[in-house]
Amino acid sequence: MAPPAPPHPAVFLHDAVALSGRFPLLAGVDLEVAAGETVLVEGPNGAGKTSLLRVCAGLVPLASGEAVVLGLDPVRQRNRVRRRVGLLSHASHLYDDLTVKENVRFAVRASGADTDRIGEACERWGLTGRLLKTSASKLSAGQRRRAALAVLTARWPELWLLDEPHAGLDASARETLDQLIGEAGADGITVVIASHELGFVESLADRAVTVTGGRITGRRALVAGPGGRTDAATGLNGGAEPAPTEEPVDRLRPVGPGDGTDEVAHVA
Amino acid sequence: MWRDSLLVAGKDLRIEARSRVGLSQVVPFGIVALVLFAFALGPDRALMTKGAPGLFWVAVLFCTVLAVQRSVSVESVDGARDGLRLSGLDPAGLFLGKSAAVAAQLVVLEVVLGAGVVLLYGASITAPWLIVSSCVLGTIGLAATGTLYGALSAGLRVRETLLPFLFLPIAAPVLLAGTRIWQAGLAGGTPSYGSPWLRLLVVFDAVYVALGIVVFGPIQESA
Repeated sequence: MAPPAPPHPAVFLHDAVALSGRFPLLAGVDLEVAAGETVLVEGPNGAGKTSLLRVCAGLVPLASGEAVVLGLDPVRQRNRVRRRVGLLSHASHLYDDLTVKENVRFAVRASGADTDRIGEACERWGLTGRLLKTSASKLSAGQRRRAALAVLTARWPELWLLDEPHAGLDASARETLDQLIGEAGADGITVVIASHELGFVESLADRAVTVTGGRITGRRALVAGPGGRTDAATGLNGGAEPAPTEEPVDRLRPVGPGDGTDEVAHVA
Repeated sequence: MWRDSLLVAGKDLRIEARSRVGLSQVVPFGIVALVLFAFALGPDRALMTKGAPGLFWVAVLFCTVLAVQRSVSVESVDGARDGLRLSGLDPAGLFLGKSAAVAAQLVVLEVVLGAGVVLLYGASITAPWLIVSSCVLGTIGLAATGTLYGALSAGLRVRETLLPFLFLPIAAPVLLAGTRIWQAGLAGGTPSYGSPWLRLLVVFDAVYVALGIVVFGPIQESA
């Protein structure tokens, strides 16, 4: 018998608009990610991929629209959401004066997760021996990335938000990351990956959504499952979420004062 | 909340112990300030003794700015502040933890500066309980206000200059009360004159600790 379906999607965004000052980050995103699904978010630079992940992590509040993450409001219930979400961003969130081990331990303990997996997670990312006692200031960019991934691995949260996860990693670490994402998917964890490196990521995801100008402008289902996908069947609205807007989004301009609305203005 | 505050305080103190910024820069800055004040007052021993309480608290106030700026700056590297937000730590625990770490550094500083005042300015303590009480209460108030205003200025490019501008006027009651209590606790003072000022410090601490617990989260989210 199939396991009962979760009562709510892991991520639900409806007409989500997010602003940075007067500048639009998201311009009405509709996205639904089912629990246990792995979704690739693709799009050009500045399209809103990172903002989308930050909204899901509760780091950026919505100016309008609706957001539900793991059944919770990511702003009003932000601490509960954040303890269940892992965001791998461009920054590693490491303290230069602490050692690798101290950094990982602090991050895991701060998130309220069990510290039992720290040793195994560090080992998996090659953070062993003297490297564990090295201060973060002496790490290379790739090693900092590995430390951030070790935190994610040790925490093992319910929703992973990975922003360009392969960036800065060498071939062996990329392979480890791919395996890890596969394991997460098999464990029922929801993974949202924002990436330009489609060659690496397409094989890991169930489907892809395209973000352009702060909106979802395309969707495609990827054929095979994690670990085995090699090609994608393209087509709009191949995923489970609501149909995308028909309105073309070419570029956005900041909302000016006196517009009488907190909506984002679209300039065709 | 308490667990989170202990975790954050431990992290900040460990960073401080590693970097030694407090010991190698903040404490020496305080000592240099005391010495320069002594030069400015000249060789008049009576004048130096009279001015010692105020100069002690002015030096502590300036050093607090440095300690708070350091506390803020460790969170500004490599997205550490976002890391703290993402961890889901209780904001009240975060505020108390960061305040406690600043307070611990200020206690060390005050011991050194207190000894400096006795040695350099020839001040002699007649009511040690008043001096200790003022230092404990003053430290709590300075650490709480400093952490609160440090968080307010955290996301701004001009935080180094904005923090003293925001913090120093707010901390003026601590300077005033601390100075009066020290005057009462040093030779020539009347210890009973210190009690009302101690009460002022208690109220100041209660207000700012409570305010910090309530508003630190929203400030952190909007900074």
